[in-house]
This record gives sequence, structure tokens and C-alpha cells, in this order.
Amino acid sequence: MSESHDGAVVVAQDVTRRYGEGETAVDALRGVSVDIAPGKATAVMGPSGSGKSTLMHILAGLDKPTSGTVGIAGTEITTLGDNDLTKLRREHIGFVFQFFNLLPMLDAKENILLPLTIAGEKPDDGWLDQLVDDVGLKDRLSHRPAELSGGQQQRVAIARALISRPTVLFADEPTGNLDSATSAEILELLRRSVAEYGQTIVMVTHDSRAAAVAHRVLFLADGEIVRELGECDAHTIHTVMEELAAA
Amino acid sequence: MTKVALRGLAGRKLRAVLTGIAIVLGVAMISGTYILTDTVQRAFNNLLVDSYAGTDAVVTGKGLDISIDGEKPPPPPVDASLLEVVRGVDGVALATGSVLDERNTKILTPEGESVNSEGWPTLAFGIDTDPALTQFNPLNLFEGRWPASDDEVVVDVGTADKQDYAVGDTVEISTLQPKRPFEIVGVAKYGEVDSLGGISFAVFTIPAAQALLGREGQYDAISVAAGEGVSEDELVAAIAPALPGDAEVVSATAEAQEQADEVSEFTSIFRYFLLAFGAIALFVGAFVIFNTFSITVAQRTREFATLRTIGASRRQVLGSVILESLVIGLLASLVGLGLGVVLAEGIEALFGSLGVDLPSAERVFKTRTVVVALAVGVGITLLAGLFPAIRATRVPPISAVREGATLPHGRFHRYTPWVAGLVVVGSLLLLARAMFTDELGTGDRLLSIAGGVLLLFLGVAMLSSKLVRPIAAVVGTPARRAGGVAGTLASGNSVRNPSRTAATAAALMIGIALVAFIATLTNGMKASNREAIEEQVIADYVVTSLDGYTPFVAAAGEELAASPVPDVVTSVRSEAGQANGDTAEIGGIEPDTIADAYVFDWQDGDDSVLATLGKTNAVVSSNWAEDRAIGVGDKVTIRSTADKTAEVTVVGTFRPPPFYPLLESVNVSTELFDSLYDRPRNRWTWANVADGSTDQTRAQMEKAISGFPDTQLETREEWIQREDSDFNEFISFLYVMLTLAVFVSVFGMINTLVLSVYERTREIGMLRAIGMTRRQVRRMVRQESIITALIGAAIGLPLGIFLAALVNRALSEYDVRFAIPWLQLGVLTIVAIVIGVLAAIMPARRAARLNPLEAIAYE
Ligand SMILES: Nc1ncnc2c1ncn2[C@@H]1O[C@H](COP(=O)(O)OP(=O)(O)O)[C@@H](O)[C@H]1O
Ligand SMILES: [Mg+2]
Repeated sequence: MSESHDGAVVVAQDVTRRYGEGETAVDALRGVSVDIAPGKATAVMGPSGSGKSTLMHILAGLDKPTSGTVGIAGTEITTLGDNDLTKLRREHIGFVFQFFNLLPMLDAKENILLPLTIAGEKPDDGWLDQLVDDVGLKDRLSHRPAELSGGQQQRVAIARALISRPTVLFADEPTGNLDSATSAEILELLRRSVAEYGQTIVMVTHDSRAAAVAHRVLFLADGEIVRELGECDAHTIHTVMEELAAA
Repeated sequence: MTKVALRGLAGRKLRAVLTGIAIVLGVAMISGTYILTDTVQRAFNNLLVDSYAGTDAVVTGKGLDISIDGEKPPPPPVDASLLEVVRGVDGVALATGSVLDERNTKILTPEGESVNSEGWPTLAFGIDTDPALTQFNPLNLFEGRWPASDDEVVVDVGTADKQDYAVGDTVEISTLQPKRPFEIVGVAKYGEVDSLGGISFAVFTIPAAQALLGREGQYDAISVAAGEGVSEDELVAAIAPALPGDAEVVSATAEAQEQADEVSEFTSIFRYFLLAFGAIALFVGAFVIFNTFSITVAQRTREFATLRTIGASRRQVLGSVILESLVIGLLASLVGLGLGVVLAEGIEALFGSLGVDLPSAERVFKTRTVVVALAVGVGITLLAGLFPAIRATRVPPISAVREGATLPHGRFHRYTPWVAGLVVVGSLLLLARAMFTDELGTGDRLLSIAGGVLLLFLGVAMLSSKLVRPIAAVVGTPARRAGGVAGTLASGNSVRNPSRTAATAAALMIGIALVAFIATLTNGMKASNREAIEEQVIADYVVTSLDGYTPFVAAAGEELAASPVPDVVTSVRSEAGQANGDTAEIGGIEPDTIADAYVFDWQDGDDSVLATLGKTNAVVSSNWAEDRAIGVGDKVTIRSTADKTAEVTVVGTFRPPPFYPLLESVNVSTELFDSLYDRPRNRWTWANVADGSTDQTRAQMEKAISGFPDTQLETREEWIQREDSDFNEFISFLYVMLTLAVFVSVFGMINTLVLSVYERTREIGMLRAIGMTRRQVRRMVRQESIITALIGAAIGLPLGIFLAALVNRALSEYDVRFAIPWLQLGVLTIVAIVIGVLAAIMPARRAARLNPLEAIAYE
């Protein structure tokens, strides 16, 4: 995988994103520049409506900026067509969604393998076994999503995101739909994937405990990055959030 | 609540439109049928009114009071001297005699062919055009003058227009005598009617008509007008005593009524035939509506629950869904009603393409048409929407706050398989009753069959949700094997909601089953037809009329016999009559030659009895004889339509193949036959050529019969193949009519797919996000559609074959072969796949257009 900007795997420069036109237009992002370093976890925080999801969508190549440039693994994506973007996603991007988004008619194993199946690639059995072991789903592989708990479903989703060894894994509020004990398990799983596999992660969250897992925390407000913290604890993050909310 | 329902409907326009189309087409067929048949009826009625405008009574020869296929044979003629007798009767103001023929005349095109066939007659008139007698003349001169000499003629406007004939041109016309030229001196209309459909007419002077049509010294009818103050009935009462025993008088009103009844019998058969296709389309539409409403109700679970939490009662929820179906049903029926006008034209054009030009008049749009179309359309929509509406009321308020809440099953859900089983058993009982109860009337039988088939479809559709998984496992194999991940996912999607897939497939299943049924049944019939002809006929050539079934002028056969080319020529006469008091087709055969062309399968007797026929004996078919307990040696009394009788002795019984007997039930010698019927016609003329035929001998034979344009010469093989292709034409017509129902089911498939895509928005977005290309998405939707269509085929094909087998059993007395048309059924399967592909186009596009963002942004 090629890297640029001091080894960053995702580079965004002066990104703006405007929804709608004329009087009712909303500027969800107003000039955001950010580099995502490999092998690290980056958390994006901010109040609701601050543009977190919009930023993530753009960094992941799901949406295009109104202006500015975005490079993923060395490829400038703003000019790519749908097919090339899709291919880029297959190769470099993994997703974890808030609502798991598993296919109900496939069992856990089939769901995990889905990205490879779609791309027409053969799974690496060793990797699959290890992954399944690590997410703790060994004895659940033949279950359908409806037979799994929320936490288990999210583990399947994480394994699905990791199976293709993506350059970056994006997660939008991955614990937003889970109770706190299960959330902790899922966060631990994400943290381990960084520590053990060197996985790059970008995670959108407004849970400060979730952000505490990251090496770097970006704070968004009104479509701009207003603060940035290095590795720190939940309490510090919480304090910054309070400050921002008060401002 | 009303507002909620209407707003909701407005918010789901595409779905409402697709749902509505399910009803629009069926309603259009119904209103189109009424408009068309009412118009045809009006055209004929106008004709009748014109025919009897100035006439109070009609005197004709006394014929047999029989009717064959709803049509009365024309009455025999009366002696011309009777006209003076009638004129002398007290109360008669005016009377005229006329000649009318509808069987033996043909006008030729400039190219020398008959201007019409397919059973459409050419009328020949001999009319007294004395201006004093104009009131009896149903024809109105449009151009030129009436004929004044033997070689002058007036033709109808339609023929003049189509053939580009003008006053002063020469036209050839064949009658009982071979074709000969006449000068066109005028062009006329029948009353005020522009087109009589395929009917054409030629008007001669009375003496010319009498000479051409074997009516020397005779009239076919004497029309009478009453004097001042004399009623029709008084007139009839006054004339009757003056008539000889072989003539009779009826009032013009009674005569017109009788003919009107004949017409309305024809149009009502025609109407029911067409309405049946509308009913099928509506039946299929009901499935589509049921399915669409079921899906939308399921998708709106959360919405209903929310309504319940804010205080809506179950009744209100029920009401809102019913209101929605009412609005859709009403709008769709209105559109269908309007579309019916267009469809009426379409059906007319379709008949036109089959060579059947329907008579035209101004389009008739009766209130009855509006009422029936709206009632049926709205009724079906409401009925089909009722069950989903009831299910909507089962949504508990708690679903509003639960993620992924699903629609609870109806209270009686678990009994569904039992109900379906009962429905199937009931349908089989009805079908069995229709097929195997002998003493059932035709109407009853048809109703039983229709009801049985309807229930069978319903029962199978109800059961089919259980069949979806196993069938999909089979028909989904190619998709899974070759379709990549898209195919695998499609296969999975198709069984996700078996009852939805089942209902979607069931709609298509009905159309496929009906086509398979027709294909299978008629395939056997064609085989039987060929077999029957090959068993019976050993002649090299056959002469028939152009349409192949209407008897033709006997003189054509005589011309061929006079030709030196054929070695043996034998003709088979056929006319309606009575045998021992029952209506029967009477045949005339040539004792010396018939056995050279026709193979008798003797039950009692052998070929030698033919020589003994003379004027006193007959050979009869075994089933006719057995039904009446008649055997060799018994006497049979024959009465012709001209009311002449003969007593004959049965000298032989033979067994014609029941599917297609080429000889009539009662056969006498041509000699006797011709003494009973004054203008005999041939059903067949068969010919053998001694030293093998060549193009030259064939051309010579064709030349021999060329004076009679309503005849054709074919080899036996050509004859069989033409009958096949005539039959195929009819079958194609049925298929075209059935495409209406298939169309409806295609809209059902589109609808289901659109709704499924909508429901899976998040899923498709996720698939796109993790690397699925647009092409793969399209393929996934398309494969699901194909699998659904194939499920429809997998149930429909066997069902159609089963129905064909059943009807085949019921027709066992006609000895119909049962032959499964594998090739056609294969084609039908391919058609199902194509339908699947077509139905998927729009939904697949919508799915591919979905932004991956929807995966995350949704809700
Ligand atoms: N599809 C959209 N159309 C219009 N406005 C949008 C759309 N998506 C997001 N927005 C607006 O953009 C802003 C940022 O939204 P989002 O990125 O979802 O914020 P966050 O994820 O931080 O809550 C909000 O004001 C939101 O209303
Ligand atoms: Mg968000």
C-alpha cells in the first residue's frame, strides 16, 4: 500500500461539504484538513450535528466533498467514478456500522466472508480462523443474525470489516446501539485490532470512553476541527467535550 | 385518520400506480368487451331495423324448425305465382317477391380471388327495384343505378372501396354457376350501415338472380305491407289461409325478433368469451393487490404502532387501509374504463388481423358498462386488500418503540395450510363434477370448471409459500453457481419471505398454467386431427372451401370430375336436416367412388354395401346408431330443410374417429341427397391422380375448379398442415388474450421488487459500502426476479399439464391424444426467464442508484 504525507493513509485537505442549495444550504464541513496515520486509532468527537458522520463518509470515499481533496492510500478520490471508487473500497476500506447491517439470510461466517465473496476473492483460512477466534465467535459461525445478541452481531460486523485486511477501518458510532458492558467488549476488540494487527481505525463517537481507546482525538464543532488531543483518558476527553458544549 | 390514509397514499405514488395497474388492465378488458360487443350488436340491430322498415309480414317456404350452432338454415323458396295470390288478399296494400342467397355467391377481386371467406357470406339479392316498391328494399343506392339487365350488378360500398371497383367496371361473380363477368352499374349501402364487417353483397335483377341461384319461377321471400288500419297480426291472419301447405307467413316483428335473438346469442357468446380473459386478468390482479398491500402493511408496522400509541383504534387502522384500497380501486377502475375504449379498438384490430372484420357502428357506451366496470374493479381491490388490512389491526402499540418489530401473524395463520388443502380438495371436487357428471348442462359445466380452476389456483397459491424454498433451491442453482455473489444473495433473498415470493410467483403462475394448459391440450388435439385424417382419407387431393369448413357449391366438384386429369373424383355432400325427428347433419356420398378416397372402419357391413345404397339405403356412424339403438336393417326417416322426406334402411354402420369424423352421421347416396336438397353443397371433394401428380396435373385441376373462387385444392398433407395452422392461429389468439393476465403479473413482480429494494435500502447500501459494484447490485435484483419467475413456471407448468390431462380425460369420448409439447413448454420457461429479466429492469436500476451512504444515514 502506498502512503504519502509523512506516511498518512488518508489525507484530506480543505474539505468542505455543503448540503442543499441557496437559503436552506447547510455547511456540514467548513474547511477540514486531516491526515490519518497508519497503525493508529483516531477518534472523531463532537456534538450532534457537528459534521462527524459527514467527515467520515468523505474520508471513506462514500461521499464526495463540495471542495477540497481527499486521498486514500495515495489515490485522489474526488475524481474517481463509481466503479473505481467501489474497487478502492474493496481494497482499502472496512466499515462498522451503528446498526450492524448484517444480511439476515446469511449465517455469521457467510456475513464475515461477504466482502471477499463480493470481490470474488478466496478467503485466507488461517486469517479467518484467527479472526473468528479473536472476536470470540468460534461456536456461533453457523448462526443467523436473528439468533445472535447485539454484541455478537457487532463482533460479526467487525470481523467482516477486518477480513479483507483493509488499509483503514471506519466505524460510525459502533457502540451507539449497545449497552455499556457490551460496548466495553467491542471497544476492547477494536483496541486489540490496532495493537495486534496494526489496524488503522477511524471511529466516530460521542462516547468519551470509546474515544479514550484512540491514539488521537479530533474534536469537531460546526464543521471545523476545533481541538485535537493525543492519547488520553476518558475523563480528559469528557472535560474537553463539556468545554466545547459550553462554548 | 382519513387524512393520514390519503397523505400516506400520496406519499407512495409509484407503489399506488403499480398496484392500480393490476386492476386497470382487467377493468379495461371488461369495459372494452362491453363497448365492442354492444357496438357489434347495435350494428346488427340497425341492419334489422333497416331490413324490415317498410315490411309488415314475410311469406316464405315452410322449412324445418331446427337450428345448428345457433343458426337457422334458410327457408325453402315459394312459387313465384304466390305473389299474385298474396297481392289479392284483403288487407294487403303492397307486396313484392325477392331472391336472397347467402351461401353460394362470391364476388371476386380483380386478382380473381374471393373478396371474403372465414365464414363471412356474400349476400346475393334479386330485388324488384320498381320505385313503387322502395319501401321493401333494405338497400340504399349510394352511386349509379339499379341493375336493369342480366349482366348488370350493384355491389356494396365496402367491397367497392376495398377492391377499388367503380361504376362502369367489370367484376366477376360466381354463383351456383361458375364465375362470369358483370358490369357494375351502382354501389349500395345496407340501410345506413357503412360496413357489414366481412359481409359483402351483390344485387341482380330478379330474373338474373333466379337463373344464377337455381330459383327459376321462385322467390325466397315475399314481403308484404299492410293496408291502412290493418295491424301486423291481422295481416298475418288474413294471409295464412290463402297460402298452400308448403308456405308460411310471419309478422315482420316476429321475423326481426328471431334474427335479433340469433344475433344476441352470437354476441353474448362472444362477450362471455372475451369477458373470461378480463376475469382472468382481474383474478391475477387480485393476487398482485393482495401481495402489495401485505408488503406495505408489513413495512408500515412501525407507523401503525405509532398511530395506535397516540390513540388510534383498531377500527381506525382497518379503516385507513381499506380507504387506501378504495381510492386505488376507484381511480384504477376509472382509468381502466377509459382504457377500455382503446382496448375495444385493439381487440377489433386483433380480429381484423385474423381476417374477421367486425361490423362497425358508432361506439356504444352504456351505463351498464360503467357500473359493471367500476363495481368489479373496486370490489376486487377491496376484497384483495381486506386481509392485509385486517393484519394491520394486529400490530400492537409496543412495536412503535421496538427496533425491528415485525408484523404479527393473523389469528388464523396457523390454519392456512389446512384451509389451502380444503380449497384444493373443493376445487378438485368441482372439476370432477364438471368433467364426469354426464347430465350437466353446458352452462353448469362451464361454471363448475371456471370455479374449480379458480379455487385450484387459489389453493395452490396458498400452499405455494411452502413450495418456495424447495423450488428456489432447484431453480436458484444456476444463479448460485454462475451468478457469483449476486446470484447467491438473490437466491437467499427469494426465500427470505416465502409468502411474498409465493404470492408474486402465483400471479405469474396463473398465466403460465393457462398457457401450458392450452399448449398441452391443443398439442394432443393436433395429433388427433392428423391421425383422424390419415386414418380416414387415402385420396391424393382434397377440395374444400377457402375457410376449410363451410360447404361449397356442388358444381365445383362436378367441374373437377369432368376434368380428364384426376383418375377418381368423389364428393361428399352435407346439409342440416332431421333423422328420426332429431336434428342431424345429413351426408351424401357417391357409392361407386367413395371407397377409393375414404376408408370405412366398418362395424357392421363392408365396402360392398355401398353399392346397394341406391335411393333407399343409408350407412350411419356407429355412435349415432348406438345412441338410438339402431342397427343394420332398421329404418330411418330423413327430412331435409326443404321439408322433403325419405325413408331409408340402414345397410351398414361404420366407426369414424370420434375426434374428427369426416363423414356425417347419416349418409345416403348423392342421388337421393340431391332429390332432397335443391341446392346441394359439398363438404369435401376428394381426388386421386393415377400416375402420380405433377405440377402440371395440379395446375390443370386447379384450373378446373377456378370458376368457383371459394374453393381450394390441396394435397392431403397440405390439408392437414393448413388445419394445423388455422388452429394455431386460434391458439395464438388465445395466447395474445392471456398476455393481458401475464402483463398484470409482471407489474406485480415489478411492484414486489420495488418494495423489496426499498425495504432493503440499508442492506444494499451496506453491500455497496463494502465493495459491491452497481452491476452486481443490478444482477442481484435481476436474479431474484428470475428465480421468482421460475418458481411461477415451476408451479404453473405442471398445473397446466395437470388441467390439460383432466380435460383430456373429460373429452375421452372424442379420443383426444395426450401429448406434452416439451418444446413449447421449454419456450415458455424461457419466456418466464425473459419476464423475470424485464420485470427487474426498473427495480434493479433503482437499487443500483442507491447511495452507499443510505446504509448509514437511513433512519
Ligand atoms: N443528507 C443530508 N442532507 C442535508 N443535510 C444533511 C445531510 N446529512 C447531514 N446533514 C446536515 O449536516 C450537518 C452535519 O451532519 P452529520 O455529519 O450527520 O453530523 P453528526 O454526525 O456530527 O451528528 C447537520 O447539520 C445535518 O443536519
Ligand atoms: Mg452522525
